[in-house]
Amino acid sequence: MPGIREIRYRILRRLVQVGALFLFVAGNAWGWKVLQGNFSSSLLFGALPLADPFSLLQVAATGTMVAAKALLGGGIVLLFFAAIAGRAFCGWICPVNIATDLADSVRTAAGEGNRPLRMSRNIRYWVLGLSLILSAVFGVAAFEWISPVGALHRGVVFGMGMGWTAVAAVFLFDVFMVRNGFCGHLCPLGAFYSLAGRWSLVRVVHSKEQCTSCMRCIESCPEPQVLPMVGKRDGAVASGECTNCGRCIEACPEGAMRFGLRTQGPPKKVPKEVTS
Amino acid sequence: MIDATRSLGIAAVGGLVWAGFLEGKKAYPTALRPPGAVDDARFLAACTKCGLCVAACPYQALVLAAPGDGRPIGTPYFVMRDRPCRMCRDIPCAAICPTGALDTGLVSDGEAGKAVLNINKARIGLAVIDRETCIAYWGIQCDACYRACPVIDKAITVDPVRNDRTGRHAILGPVVHSDHCTGCGMCERACVTKKASIFVLPRRIAMGESSDRYIRGWDAGDEKRLEEATEDTTTVTPRSGKSPTDYLNREDL
Repeated sequence: MPGIREIRYRILRRLVQVGALFLFVAGNAWGWKVLQGNFSSSLLFGALPLADPFSLLQVAATGTMVAAKALLGGGIVLLFFAAIAGRAFCGWICPVNIATDLADSVRTAAGEGNRPLRMSRNIRYWVLGLSLILSAVFGVAAFEWISPVGALHRGVVFGMGMGWTAVAAVFLFDVFMVRNGFCGHLCPLGAFYSLAGRWSLVRVVHSKEQCTSCMRCIESCPEPQVLPMVGKRDGAVASGECTNCGRCIEACPEGAMRFGLRTQGPPKKVPKEVTS
Repeated sequence: MIDATRSLGIAAVGGLVWAGFLEGKKAYPTALRPPGAVDDARFLAACTKCGLCVAACPYQALVLAAPGDGRPIGTPYFVMRDRPCRMCRDIPCAAICPTGALDTGLVSDGEAGKAVLNINKARIGLAVIDRETCIAYWGIQCDACYRACPVIDKAITVDPVRNDRTGRHAILGPVVHSDHCTGCGMCERACVTKKASIFVLPRRIAMGESSDRYIRGWDAGDEKRLEEATEDTTTVTPRSGKSPTDYLNREDL
């Protein structure tokens, strides 16, 4: 069993993911006014609109004028992730992450962790482009119609129907075909947040001094290409593809990884206790 | 370069399947949308499937389509036989919609800015009666739909006609009037027959459309429509090129 320190962010992420879903369920089933709707569009405390900016981008691609309320909500969400949290939606909010993390654990437990069936991680950017093109051609927000993310959060809040098949497909794809196949290779929503979160403030910061080049961070990372500096130089993760999930921080036995700000240099002293 | 081409290729394969799916799934013509819904094509484009309208419905009448429901995924709809629209005066479903897929302007009186909500302007659909299974039209006394109608005596009236079978009774048949029916579905739920004999269909399915060129000559005001007629006659047949001929009066008929 791993110590609590080694899964502390995982626990926190699950709490945030499940907590957000729970509030949506409560909003629909019992009329709680904390969070109503779902991750596509919602109302926070019955007043503040929030919306999925990628979904709105697709709506705009159909040639539809996006109404002011949704635009404001999308702007707030986009600003939060672009300026502060980076691609944290994928690691901290998205419920599909629970399934794909589980798939990754299953792979690792089966010793399949690094057996590669290769697929380019750039496919997702093509899928992102396709989402917008298909939206324009068919006049509907194209990814929202097939999204396993939408199928799952809508399903939990409003009734699952056959939506579980999409989630099961993603899980099996990740277990049997490509490691982190969906979130790390295909999902256009992840691609969107990768682009949008490129310049965010909160970053994983590496300090070379403590690093023993054991590579556990890279083994644990769902987007290992974002850690080219490990063991070579100090610095914050530069790529927007990092989901700020904190797995590298949990994996590092030397405290060479931590959450910090983009602007921060490496820590002056060795912080054994890592806080976020 | 090879990597990029390959990625594009894989995405394209997925995109083709995806496109086929979208084309097949887009149209489900009989979904009954919440009050204030804009026309179906624009509704499907604007709705982000957030379910706020469903959460806002105090009677839990609205359903958000799950995969397998046979409706466009994630969009709100009614099943009138189970849970019809109760026509709330404050129309919470339309009011909460963030995207404009439900437009309160369509269910309001007065100009923008000082508009007042009026649920009677809702056009969710139109109630249609199957006169072959409606027992009132058999001559049995039933006015369940008429009594259930929130716009009673306007949207549904009961029109007495002579019962030719007995020769001395009346048939009290319900009649729906499209200028007042909101499509709320209370009648469909109230109907006593095994499968409802009055049921709500989307208006574009339930209604025909006479062109501006057919005029009720006996109706003084109806002539106006002809003046305002915008549509040009575009029908082209093999005869169109020939000049009109008064062939009936010709001897070689």
